[in-house]
Amino acid sequence: MSADLLTAKPRKPEASRQSGSRQSPAPKLVVLTGNPNCGKTTLFNALTGLRAKVANYAGVTVERKEGRLLGDSTATPVTFLDLPGAYSLSPQSPDEQIVRDVLLQHCRDVPAPDMVVLVVDASNLERNLYFATQVIELGYPTVIALNMMDVARANGRELDCARLARELGIPVFPMVASSREGVPELRDHIIAFAQNPDAHPIGRALCQLPPDFKAEVEQIARSLPHWRKGPDARLSAAEAVLMLTDERYAPRADSGESADLLEKVWDARQRLEQKSIDWRTAAIEARYACVGAIQKLVVCETLSLSETPSDKLDRILTHKVWGTLFFIFVMAVMFQSIFTLARIPTHFLENGIAWIGSGIGRLLSPGDLRSLLVDGVVAGVGAVMVFLPQICLLFLFIALLEETGYMARAAFLMDRVMGKVGLHGKSFIPLLSSFACAVPGILAARTIEHPKDRLVTILIAPLMSCSARLPVYTLLIAVCIPDKQIAGPLSLPGLVMLGLYTLGIVLAMALAWLAKKTILKSHMPLMILELPPYRRPLIRTLFRHMWERASLFVQRAGTVILGINILLWFLATYPRNPNFENSYRVQRHQLTALAAAENPASQQLDEKKLQAKLRQLDKELAGERLRGSFVGRLGRFIEPAIAPLGFDWKIGIGILSSFAARELFVSTMAVVYNVGSGGNTDEDRLGLVQTLREQKRSDGTPLYTTLTGLALLVFYAIALQCAGTAVVIFRETNSIRWALAELLCLGAIAWAMSFLTYQGGRFLGLQ
Amino acid sequence: MTEATVMTETTVQPITALPAGKAGIVAALDLPGDVRARLLELGLVVGTHVEMVRFAPLGDPVEIRFRGCNLSLRRHEADGILVETTP
Ligand SMILES: Nc1nc2c(ncn2[C@@H]2O[C@H](COP(=O)(O)OP(=O)(O)OP(=O)(O)O)[C@@H](O)[C@H]2O)c(=O)[nH]1
Ligand SMILES: [Mg+2]
Repeated sequence: MSADLLTAKPRKPEASRQSGSRQSPAPKLVVLTGNPNCGKTTLFNALTGLRAKVANYAGVTVERKEGRLLGDSTATPVTFLDLPGAYSLSPQSPDEQIVRDVLLQHCRDVPAPDMVVLVVDASNLERNLYFATQVIELGYPTVIALNMMDVARANGRELDCARLARELGIPVFPMVASSREGVPELRDHIIAFAQNPDAHPIGRALCQLPPDFKAEVEQIARSLPHWRKGPDARLSAAEAVLMLTDERYAPRADSGESADLLEKVWDARQRLEQKSIDWRTAAIEARYACVGAIQKLVVCETLSLSETPSDKLDRILTHKVWGTLFFIFVMAVMFQSIFTLARIPTHFLENGIAWIGSGIGRLLSPGDLRSLLVDGVVAGVGAVMVFLPQICLLFLFIALLEETGYMARAAFLMDRVMGKVGLHGKSFIPLLSSFACAVPGILAARTIEHPKDRLVTILIAPLMSCSARLPVYTLLIAVCIPDKQIAGPLSLPGLVMLGLYTLGIVLAMALAWLAKKTILKSHMPLMILELPPYRRPLIRTLFRHMWERASLFVQRAGTVILGINILLWFLATYPRNPNFENSYRVQRHQLTALAAAENPASQQLDEKKLQAKLRQLDKELAGERLRGSFVGRLGRFIEPAIAPLGFDWKIGIGILSSFAARELFVSTMAVVYNVGSGGNTDEDRLGLVQTLREQKRSDGTPLYTTLTGLALLVFYAIALQCAGTAVVIFRETNSIRWALAELLCLGAIAWAMSFLTYQGGRFLGLQ
Repeated sequence: MTEATVMTETTVQPITALPAGKAGIVAALDLPGDVRARLLELGLVVGTHVEMVRFAPLGDPVEIRFRGCNLSLRRHEADGILVETTP
C-alpha cells in the first residue's frame, strides 16, 4: 500500500508551475479544513501567530483567514488558509460551498492547495472521519491533526494513532491545539514538506463503493469538462460522486459544464435505480461502513462514561426552568454591560475627541479650514469611535458564548420563539444587542450560518430602538407629552416610551415574517445545529476575536462613515450668505465698540452683559447659517413631503442632520432655534424644551402638540436615520442595493406610520 | 417474519414519540431530500443507535444524540426520523 503511495506522482498545482523566479519560490498554500468546531482556527492561530489577514471571499460574506507560518526562516514560505467548518463536500451553506470550491479548485480567488491539514476531533472520531475521508480521497498531500486528544482522554477513549495513520495512508499528529501540545511536531512536518513536497504521501481511495455505482461514477468523471488525468483524476472522481448523489445538482456554466452533463447524471441515476441502488444514500452508507470499520480498529474505550461532565451541565443549562432563568440572567448581564458599561469608555473617547477638536481649534484661527477639521474630520472620527466600545464588549461576550459552547444552547432555548416569525434561535443575540446599537448587532449576525436568516436579521435589527434614539425620545416626550399619571406608577410619558420600544419590536417581527414568506423564502429551512460539549474558553482567543471584529469594523465601515460625516458637515456649513456674515460682523463690532465707550466705572457689569449679548449673537449666527445651508434648503425642499405628518421645515432639518447620528437631532434643534449648540447642561436642555414648546405654526397654533410629538416619535422609532447602520448593512450584505432598499423601505414605513398617527389623531379630534 | 418467531416485539415510531432519555435504532428517514441527505451525512444511517435527549422548554426544537454527538433539530424534522424500539 505505502509503496504504491510513494510511487504515485503527486499533483503539480498550477500556482507553483507558473511562478518563474528562482530566488523567492512561490509560497506553499496549506489549507486547514475539518468539521465545524474541531479546532481549526485554534490550530491556525498557533501556527501563524498574530499575523492573520482577515477578508471575505469574493462575492460572499464568508470570512477568509490567511496567515504565514510563524517564524519560518526556510527558503520556501508557507501560507495557511483557515477554511470554515464543513460536515461534508455536498454543501448546505455558503461556508460549506467555499470549502468545497477551494478543495475542488473551483474558487477563482484561491490557488490550488499544495497541502491539506485535516483537523479531526478525536472525541468525535466517527463523524469527523466522514468528511476527512472525503477530503483524503481528493488526492492532495494530506496530514491529519488529531485534535482534542485531552477531551477524548477525559471521555475515556484511547486512540491508536499509528493504526489510524496506517489505515488512512497519511501521517497523523495527535495534539491539543488549545495548549499547543503536539503543534511543534506538525509545524516541523510542514516545513519539511515545503522543502521537498514530492516526497509526501498523498491521499488514496478509502471507501468501497458498490461496483455498479463506481462504474457510473467513472463514466461521469470522464465526461467532466475539466477531467484530469493521473492522480488528479481523483478530484474528478470525487466530483462525480457528489454530482450523482446531490439531488440539487445543477451544471456550473462557469466551469464549462453543460446541460448535457446533467442528462448523463440523470441517466446514470435511472440505471442505478433499475438495479435498485439508492443513488442518494449508496455513497454515504458506503462511507459510514468504511469509517465505522476504521474507528473500531483505532478507538479503545477504556472506561465507559454514561454521562460526560458536559451532559451533566446541560441537564441544568437546558432545563425548562433553570435553563430559562440562566439564559435570562446571561442576556441581562450582556445587555446591561453593552448598554451601560460601554458608556465609560465611550465617554472617555468622546472627551478625548473633544479635547483634540478644541486643541486644533486653538491652533487655527476661526475659518473654514478650522471648521472642516474640527466639525468635519474630528467629529467624523468621533462618530466612528463611539461604536467601538460597544462593538468590543459585545464581541467579547459573543466570543465567550461561542467558545464555551453556550451559544448553541441559547439558540436551542430561543429557537421556538424566533421560529414563530421564521427566524433562527441565533437571531436573538444580534437583535437584543441592537437595542444598545444596531451596528454591533448587525455585525453579530455573522454567527447565523443561514444566509437568508442572517439577511432578515440584519434588515430588522435597525428597528430595535437603540440608545441613540433615547435622547430624542426623552426630549420630545418632555416637550410634547403631558406628564399625566395613568394608574399607579404608570405615567403617560412612561407609557409612550414603552410604546415606542414595542412598536419597533412588533414591526420587526411582522416584517421578518413577511420577508420570510415572500422575497426571502428559504427553499429549505435546515435547522440542524450541533450542541458541542462545553469547553473552557481561552482568554487569548476571546480578545483576539474582539480585536479582529473591531479592526474589521474600523477598516471596512469606519472610512465610509467618516466620509459621510464630512459630507454632512459640508451640507450643513455651506453655502454662506455674505450679506448676513457681514451684518453679523458689523453688529459684533458695534457691540464691543459701544461697551468700550460706556462709563468705565460700571465696566465689570457691562463686561458680563456684553459677553451674554455676544453669545446670543453667536447663537443667532449659527442658527442663520444652518437655516441657510444646503441642509436648511433641503429641509425646506422636503417640507411638502413632511407637512402631512405635521412637521415643518425646521423639523426637516433635524431629521436630515440625524443621519450623521440620531442623537444629533437634539443639538441640531438647539441650533435651529438659536438656543446654542448645547443640550449639554440641564439648563440648556430646559431652555430647549421651553423654546420648542413656544414654537408656533404660521396660523398661530402651537407646533409641538402632543400629536406632532407622537408622529415625530413614531418616525424616529422606525426610520433608518443612521449613516453608520446603513454603511454596516452595505458592508455586511455586500450589496449597496440591500442598504438602499432598507433605507427607502424603512423611510416609507416610517412616513406612513407617522401619517397615520398624525392624520388619524386629527380625524379623531385629538389636538 | 411472523409475529410468532419474534421474541420481543418491536415498534417503529417517530423519535419524538419517545420520552426524553429513551433510545432506539434508526429504521428510516421520512424527510425531504436535503434534510435527509444531511442527516445521513452526519451519521444517522439506518441501524444507528439514537437517543432522544430532551425537548426544549417550549417543546421545540429537540435534542438527539447519536455516534457521540448531540444535535438540535426542529420538531418538524425530527418527526421524520423513524426509530425502532423494543419495549
Ligand atoms: N479541550 C480542547 N479544546 C480545544 C482544543 N482545540 C480547540 N479547542 C477549543 O475548541 C473550540 C473551537 O475551536 P475553534 O478553533 O474555534 O474551532 P474551528 O474549527 O475553527 O470552528 P469553526 O470555525 O466554527 O468551524 C474553542 O473553544 C477552542 O478553544 C483542544 O485541543 N482541546
Ligand atoms: Mg474557525
